Amino acid sequence: MRRFARLFAALDGTTKTAAKTAALAAYFRDAPEEDRLWTIALLSGRRPKRAATATELREWAAEAAAIPLWLFEETYPVVGDLAETIALVLPPPGTDSGLPLGVHMRGLISLAGQPASVRRAAILSAWDGLQPDERFLFNKLITGGFRMGVSQGLMTRALAQATGVAETTVAHRLMGDWSPLTTTFAALVQTGDPQSDATRPYPFALAAPLEAAPETLGDPQDWLAEWKWDGIRGQLIHRAGAFALWSRGEELITGRFPEFAPLADFLPAGTVIDGEVVAWGGTGPLPFAVLQKRIGRKSLPKRLLAEVPAHLLAYDLLEEAGQDLRAAPLCLRRARLEALLHALPPGLPIGISPALAAADWPALAALRAAARDRAAEGLMLKRRSSAYHVGRKRGDWWKWKLNPFTVDAVMIYAQAGHGRRATLYTDFTFAVRDGDDLVPFAKAYSGLTDDEFRRITDWVRKNTLERFGPVRRVVPEQVFEIAFEGIQASPRHRSGIALRFPRMLRWRQDKQVAGIDTIQTLRALLAGQRGYSTPAPPEDI
Amino acid sequence: MARAPVLTFTDRGIFCPAGGFHIDPWRPVDRALITHGHSDHARPGHGRYLCSRQAAPVIRHRLGPVRLETIAYGETRRIGGVTVSFHPAGHVPGSAQIRVEQDGEVWVASGDYKVSADGLSDPFEPVACHSFISECTFGLPVFRWDPQEAILAQINRWWAANAAEGRISILGAYALGKAQRILSGLDTGIGPILTHGAVETTTEILRSQGCALPATVAVTAGISAKSHPRAIVIAPPSAQATPWASRFGPNAAAAFASGWMRLRGVRRRRGAETGFVLSDHADWPGLNAAIRETGAERVFVTHGYTAVFRRWLESQGYDAGIVQTEYEGEGIDSAQPDTAGDVPG
Ligand SMILES: [Zn+2]
Ligand SMILES: [Zn+2]
Repeated sequence: MRRFARLFAALDGTTKTAAKTAALAAYFRDAPEEDRLWTIALLSGRRPKRAATATELREWAAEAAAIPLWLFEETYPVVGDLAETIALVLPPPGTDSGLPLGVHMRGLISLAGQPASVRRAAILSAWDGLQPDERFLFNKLITGGFRMGVSQGLMTRALAQATGVAETTVAHRLMGDWSPLTTTFAALVQTGDPQSDATRPYPFALAAPLEAAPETLGDPQDWLAEWKWDGIRGQLIHRAGAFALWSRGEELITGRFPEFAPLADFLPAGTVIDGEVVAWGGTGPLPFAVLQKRIGRKSLPKRLLAEVPAHLLAYDLLEEAGQDLRAAPLCLRRARLEALLHALPPGLPIGISPALAAADWPALAALRAAARDRAAEGLMLKRRSSAYHVGRKRGDWWKWKLNPFTVDAVMIYAQAGHGRRATLYTDFTFAVRDGDDLVPFAKAYSGLTDDEFRRITDWVRKNTLERFGPVRRVVPEQVFEIAFEGIQASPRHRSGIALRFPRMLRWRQDKQVAGIDTIQTLRALLAGQRGYSTPAPPEDI
Repeated sequence: MARAPVLTFTDRGIFCPAGGFHIDPWRPVDRALITHGHSDHARPGHGRYLCSRQAAPVIRHRLGPVRLETIAYGETRRIGGVTVSFHPAGHVPGSAQIRVEQDGEVWVASGDYKVSADGLSDPFEPVACHSFISECTFGLPVFRWDPQEAILAQINRWWAANAAEGRISILGAYALGKAQRILSGLDTGIGPILTHGAVETTTEILRSQGCALPATVAVTAGISAKSHPRAIVIAPPSAQATPWASRFGPNAAAAFASGWMRLRGVRRRRGAETGFVLSDHADWPGLNAAIRETGAERVFVTHGYTAVFRRWLESQGYDAGIVQTEYEGEGIDSAQPDTAGDVPG
């Protein structure tokens, strides 16, 4: 834990990306091998189940510190962080356990499901062997509010520096469903594990929002236009003996969409398809709200499968006959995809996401204006000559949304409502990412159903990090799509912007915090809005 | 009719009716007993002053020509109907707790104090009393100080690492007390020690009183990162990040030494600075031990988390009250006192 705490201090003590990368690369060279693996897991959002609730931790810490609970509660707001309050309030360590991060992590995992007395004894004993800065991190690992100020990209770069493996290769190897319990650093990063290679997805190529006028993209013939579907982005993999469907959040969702299983019998081995999972209405997709009935459910009754059948609208072919096609131009990948799908028998839950033909930009704009009729959010514009990039690389893939004014944001504060809704948490503050930080930018209290408010209220109660009077700071985990009518510069706000009529368009339980929008997105929306000489067209409002 | 309490609390400060004097008053009074030289305790404008012999030179320097008498630690003096004596508070050189006895009833006003010895100040001396007026700047259980040697070793390591990279180190510390405490522990083998004017003046006064302090160079016009590339600069916190500090170049490493540096939130709010947890106030165990050792039944608390600390003392069986004072102490986010009369942390 010492080495991990030193890494954290180095990352925490600088805001410079180069210094953070160097500190992390040094760590990936000299930390215990198992710790490196756990660090990668933690930094890519792979957290173990909580070994204790915040309430239990407070009580155990107050007991160990021999102070009454009320005194702990009074101290907490001064410190401002639960993990740190516990770390500082405990008496000095009785021993130096000297245990590395990996041992603590395995210990925490083994505590899941144990009776409270067992978990209490284990955590008290761990605390007693750790210095305050180590305890702070240990507590963060339990409470899950762990932010080291390191993006996935920065970590990938540091790993590439430390190991000499190419950055894109590292990014690919870190994808998918691996666990530090079953792999090694060498297998994961340095050589790649052939076994998990079979179902490992490629990093998704991401589109940037188009804020400028489309004419700035040049000749429309250079661009492939498609509907921007409103479903779940998914990567379908069929390789020898392996069949998997991954969500963009790197979640394995094969089991949640059993209707895709027959595809394994028809798609040739060595096929990887990128597409959108949608609820299918026979000839076209149904609104996202319909698909949402299937998200987050443990069981899938037959009735639901019949009512909300899933369908994959395929838009890219990443691997064909076991060959990585990502470097080939989109037009070629697209032609191969069409040929592949054409060869399939009818009746399978897969189809091509059609290319939209239009002579010029105004014609495309007219198509886009009618996107809602197709249950689409707007258009995707992809450069025909482009490779399939790792992550978001501006310039080749654009999302040209019907309503430009929506962003994915994470809830950071919750407050109870008034009157009828006084028992529910209904007033939320949302943040977007700014580098490694979260910047609050909007408050909203409408747009969810009572049932959703009840569920989020339950969640808020269990995931409170801090209280300020009626306001609770919560674990930044729940993603919402925020819609708004306008955006303007506002020096009074920390984000520098103010929104008009922000509201929750929907609760994106399918999305993770890593995938939310950034302050740059908002700034670009602001700049784009200023850039137009005419007001936004009516369909954008 | 019961007589007035030995010490009372007024809008000018702590007042002794039978002795006709105030302790550390914040508005002008006829007769002021002063615990120590920090600007929130030793204020100008009083008719007469009484302070410890060791505190007098700094107070004279800060307040100019005032009517000032001194008293040795432990010496008793009759003032009106009470007997007073001054006892080491261990806060900064010359700092005192003031004991007031009337008809066998003893009250002690602690001023600011810390219980661990710093090597320069006369160490804190517990004084038995019936009623104790205690500061509680750091009266929460998260405040716990590591030994001074450990912190000074951290400071020397930080300075040496900066010097090796060719960066000047600028360390923020209050001019009276904290600055000299750090000076006394610096490893002069690493490089030269530069001081801001406010620190240099106080250091010179304490040196002339016999404090063993290393040689320092006051920063003057010709001194810069070029002339003293391996130097450490000791400056009041308010001088950091000012045009005065810009002479040390954009690469200079900044740090701040204060008890508040215990909290990550405070460190982060102060930007990329390094924080050293070094305080001249008692930590949580120190406050509790000091109060216990006085044997007092009644405790009044001043500057800090008074409401919480009072409730804690009551839960421990004390009769506890809060005194509203105008000692600024150091707020959690202030740490920006003026350079001439620094406020302690
Ligand atoms: Zn004070
Ligand atoms: Zn003081």
